[in-house]
Amino acid sequence: MNMQTGKTLSVAEAALCEAYDHAVGDLPGDSAVLIARDGLISDFKAAGLPTRRIEAWHYTDLKALLRSVPDVAPAASADAVAPLVAGSAVLSVANGVAARAASAAGATVRTFAEALADGTAAAGLTARDGDDAIGRLNGAFVRDGFVLDLPEGTEPDAPIELQAVQNGGQTHVRFQAGIGAGVRATVIERHLATGEEAAFATALSELTLADGADVTWVIQQAKGVSDTHLGQIRVRLGTDAQLRLYVVNAGGRLVRQEIHVEVAGEGSDLKLRGINLLGGETHNDVTFTVGHDVPNTTSTEVLRNVVFDRARGVFQGQIRVAPDAQKTDAKMSCNTLLLSDEADFSAKPELEIFADDVQCGHGATVIDIDHTQLFYLMARGIPENKARAMLVNAFVAEIVEELEDEPLVEALEGVIGAWLDKHA
Amino acid sequence: MLEIKNLHARIAEDGTEIIRGLNLSVKAGEVAAIMGPNGSGKSTLSYILAGREDYEVTDGDILYNGESILELDPSERAAKGIFLAFQYPVEIPGVATMQFLKVAMNEQRKARGEAELSTPDFMRRVKEASAELKIAPEMLRRPLNVGFSGGEKKRAEILQMSLLEPKLCVLDETDSGLDIDALKIVADGVNALRSPDRAVVVITHYQRLLDYIVPDSVHVLYRGQVIKSGDKTLAHELEAKGYADIIGAAA
Repeated sequence: MNMQTGKTLSVAEAALCEAYDHAVGDLPGDSAVLIARDGLISDFKAAGLPTRRIEAWHYTDLKALLRSVPDVAPAASADAVAPLVAGSAVLSVANGVAARAASAAGATVRTFAEALADGTAAAGLTARDGDDAIGRLNGAFVRDGFVLDLPEGTEPDAPIELQAVQNGGQTHVRFQAGIGAGVRATVIERHLATGEEAAFATALSELTLADGADVTWVIQQAKGVSDTHLGQIRVRLGTDAQLRLYVVNAGGRLVRQEIHVEVAGEGSDLKLRGINLLGGETHNDVTFTVGHDVPNTTSTEVLRNVVFDRARGVFQGQIRVAPDAQKTDAKMSCNTLLLSDEADFSAKPELEIFADDVQCGHGATVIDIDHTQLFYLMARGIPENKARAMLVNAFVAEIVEELEDEPLVEALEGVIGAWLDKHA
Repeated sequence: MLEIKNLHARIAEDGTEIIRGLNLSVKAGEVAAIMGPNGSGKSTLSYILAGREDYEVTDGDILYNGESILELDPSERAAKGIFLAFQYPVEIPGVATMQFLKVAMNEQRKARGEAELSTPDFMRRVKEASAELKIAPEMLRRPLNVGFSGGEKKRAEILQMSLLEPKLCVLDETDSGLDIDALKIVADGVNALRSPDRAVVVITHYQRLLDYIVPDSVHVLYRGQVIKSGDKTLAHELEAKGYADIIGAAA
């Protein structure tokens, strides 16, 4: 009751609470799942959507920005699309419902709905902390997704694509992936929109790399101009594990992608690379936290942002180094190409270092197109709009090329090129 | 082919006048050398010919094949056949050299209403032209001008020139930073492009380059004006006596 909490729910908050009351009877899960869902929604009712007064949401006042949410059920159907990289094993989620599959490229697969029903999923329906709105909403509403298991000794013979396509309405998807010791794998998580209806989505992924696992994980978000996408990935790295995590945002109206990494094994390495292509009225927030909890680990974070029109971007990057995590080497940089007077980008680095023998650094730059480079290209006969597109592309392409995986590099270059053709 | 009439130009940002009533005429087939002391306006002239926005033409005109080019942007001038070999070629990380060459060649062809080159045709042309200039294939696999030595950058400029086949070539201090071997390669590349329907404007501080690219005319630029013109012997005279005599005579 509003009077008891003394709070007035916003339209969106009220709609989410109401949606829960309508949906809960129909959501999959055993009794432990139901208890977890009820707990999360009651926490949500008490806390509401986060506002700028909450530190972690200072640049993305979700309560103010999220004006309304659509009805739960998408109105129209959504069809799977071709994978980003040809030949990938596709696990498809259409409008929040996963297509049954038993395996993909050597991985054992279950749907998340099955995991909810058999009691194995309840423990994961949690918020990370009191400000974790995405964890709360996803845990309360999640209907389906996939649980991917690549035990030690498996050798996936193709990239695995987790493909969520939405056509309006609300979807709440979860992916879990356990990568066994020494396993090398490429997983592509895609969040796509079809149709014109406004959509609201939460998507939460949980990724665990066992000792020596070597993983490339790509999150591609390409929602529609009126869509809200709230994503989160929780990662745990074991000893000598290597993760290249690429986040490519190129769509959506209100987007937040959180990345939370626990560096729990010595010798492990994280490479986070983010490409944010922002245009129109988009508000796009990438919030990253990494905890170096053991000695001798490395991480680098490189963000490249391209901001056109009236778009607004946010990057928050937090590096924590625990007291005994000596010899940590962590470097973070956030570079932004601002291409309109009304475009805006906020970058907030936070270093919390409790060990004394570490190397940690961060830097942020905001630049415009280099006019000398533009003149050079034009002096060779390349028209201005094409020359500009080449330079914008060059700004982001550098980090894509770091991936030494030719088909994946080409696919991501295709995503960037197609977006620039529309916006540059 | 090129006619510069009473050209006055200034730096757009602060209004400093650099070119002060410059007149110059270069015919098709001609190689014209522009010489002059530092600060005389040589590089500014090359940028103005290519259409760099940082300079503002306040008076006079530049005619190319009888038509004013002042209203054309750099890419339109390039498509019409004007090429500037930069004194300081620009490094562009993230743009592959081969991709750049292909886009430049095809955009110019498109602007002239010609069909795009097929990939094999393009590859063949690049291979032939780069062999002439002793450019290693590894260099072409790097991002544009990134990590190139000074000599490699200049050779890359001449490679672009020979692939784009311009009608008016402007070489801005192409000899600076080159050792004698590299200078010969670059000069051979330029000489190979000499033809009755093509004009070359060689901007240089020293006479050395003109031993290898022998000019038909030599023009001395001082304080934004051509103060003396002559044949190739003028260059030797300058080398022997320095600029002071000519400047003194003109003053």
